[in-house]
Amino acid sequence: MSAPPSPTSERPDLLGPGLPFERPILELERKIAELREIPDVSLNGELKPLERKRDRLLAEVYGGLSPWQVVEVARHSRRPQFRDYVQGMCSEFVELFGDRLFGEDPALSVGLATIEGRRVLLMGHRKGRETREKLACNFGCAHPEGYRKALSKMRLAERFGLPVVSLINTPGAYPGVGAEERGQAWAIAENILEMCRLKVPTVCVIIGEGGSGGALGIGVGDRVLMLEYAYYSVISPEGCAGILWHDGKRASDAAKALRLTSADLLRLKVVDEIVPEPLGAAHRDPVQMVATLKATLLKHLDELSAMDPAERLEQRFRRLRNLGNGLEPLPEPGAEEPNRLLPPVAAAEDDAH
Amino acid sequence: MAFFRKKKEIPVGLWMKCPSCGKMAFTKTVEENLHVCPDCDHHMKVNGPTRLRQLLDDRKYEAIGEDLEPRDLLRFKEDVGTYEDKLKKSRLKAGVTEAVTVGRGHLEGIAVTVAAMDFSFRGGSMGVVVGERIARGAEDALARRVPFLVVATSGGARMQEGALSLMQMAKTSAMIARLREEGIPYLVVLADPCTGGVSASFAAQGDVTFAEPGALIGFAGPRVIQNTIKAQLPEGFQRAEFLLAKGYVDRVVHRRDLKKELATVLRYLEPRARPQEAVG
Ligand SMILES: [Zn+2]
Repeated sequence: MSAPPSPTSERPDLLGPGLPFERPILELERKIAELREIPDVSLNGELKPLERKRDRLLAEVYGGLSPWQVVEVARHSRRPQFRDYVQGMCSEFVELFGDRLFGEDPALSVGLATIEGRRVLLMGHRKGRETREKLACNFGCAHPEGYRKALSKMRLAERFGLPVVSLINTPGAYPGVGAEERGQAWAIAENILEMCRLKVPTVCVIIGEGGSGGALGIGVGDRVLMLEYAYYSVISPEGCAGILWHDGKRASDAAKALRLTSADLLRLKVVDEIVPEPLGAAHRDPVQMVATLKATLLKHLDELSAMDPAERLEQRFRRLRNLGNGLEPLPEPGAEEPNRLLPPVAAAEDDAH
Repeated sequence: MAFFRKKKEIPVGLWMKCPSCGKMAFTKTVEENLHVCPDCDHHMKVNGPTRLRQLLDDRKYEAIGEDLEPRDLLRFKEDVGTYEDKLKKSRLKAGVTEAVTVGRGHLEGIAVTVAAMDFSFRGGSMGVVVGERIARGAEDALARRVPFLVVATSGGARMQEGALSLMQMAKTSAMIARLREEGIPYLVVLADPCTGGVSASFAAQGDVTFAEPGALIGFAGPRVIQNTIKAQLPEGFQRAEFLLAKGYVDRVVHRRDLKKELATVLRYLEPRARPQEAVG
């Protein structure tokens, strides 16, 4: 699966294990890194064409990803996570722990945050990057405690007029004995209901994996945004393939059938706007990704805060009430149809009217 | 009992086999017993229209949203047959147009709107039309200021409608939120089985929640959990009685008592009058 680590260069390592379809790109990036390390300025002439070639290749490969490849990108180990957005967007983050009922769930982090002077409640799934961290936060699969913690802090935010921002990145809610004993279904259901009526502006962003009910448990709001190469689905492609074909290995067929990419979900009005990713996806330039999301969030927060609260709530209700209604069937999922990003701003404006 | 030796010759439909104890029983007897096994008390699956008739006075209801039929909005690709074909087959097999039937009627004289889900139609899975019918039922209850009742049984969201089916959890919840705000009572009966997206949305939002004996209720299905934890699940795990012990349902109610108990609770939970009516 992973490209062999380069012995000489640093940069490809920063990208972590490469995805299969990225191999030619990683090869070029390695060459570029090697050239850069040679302190001979005369090589600049060789560098530029290589960089142009790499950018062309990136645009080509990422312009035509299959839905399954999008899932792979969304799960990339170097993809920016909740922590990276907190560090890059917030001048302050005061994490608040515990659900006041049972315990503390590290899979879902919630805190008071300041983004460019705006005070908000910020929450998101934590997936972890190193093995120990991943295990500690259950790979981003929250227990009922996580959802109930989010709920109790959302109520706090509502009492003090703080907008709520949620960053979604989970394979799904945790399916285990304890989670069931403590009412996973009830915890998620109550969050969804409360987020339908929460009186403060609420913006949700699917930043990586949007895994079913576990994503929706913090995923209802005035605006739902989605990063270009995130995915959002009712079931994991592996799970879907297992049920349909009794073959989890056909996940790529399932990914195609499920229409889980940002472009399709914008057409289906499941999301309101696509947040564009840097050339070659978020893991190639996390700093740029964080900056783009920050700017997008500020735009939405400012718009929503300027609205009459009653009107904002009514608009949210209408949006939710009409989900799945008045749609035309999607075009056939042809192989010739690349998962190309729709112009995000224009598309969002079309949707609003 | 002598009939058992002859069961192969008995025309299909006259007799039925209990899926739990395996004993044969006269279909008419089972029906009169509200589809509860006369031998072992197993609560069998009941389709939407039958459930409405069991619960409502004079076995009568006025249907809501029957004209809405599911569509293949994703052009879902499977190996054989389209989603549309599957829907057609399901309609023939289950004898209903979707996995939920919604109707107005009276329950022991109390005007109500009831939505009854149907496991026989694609495993009671929730797609756009199931969500829409539930939402319309709630709207009808709100408009008439009468209680809204849901009998929930479902394997979860409908894969063939992708994220749109997931979104029905939000749509239905938005309507239940309205009922709560407006003081319209919302009662849920959890029937066997109820898991996935339905269990994690409107089925878990009841003001009062009943469950039928032995019903399997949970977020994740037992197989998924078993595959995750790689261990045997405890006896009775995720059954109605387990949920009662864990504090997630108000009462486990035998089907023969269901109508009576719903009516009893409804007499305590009167819909709040319209704001303008409350004035003066
Ligand atoms: Zn029996």
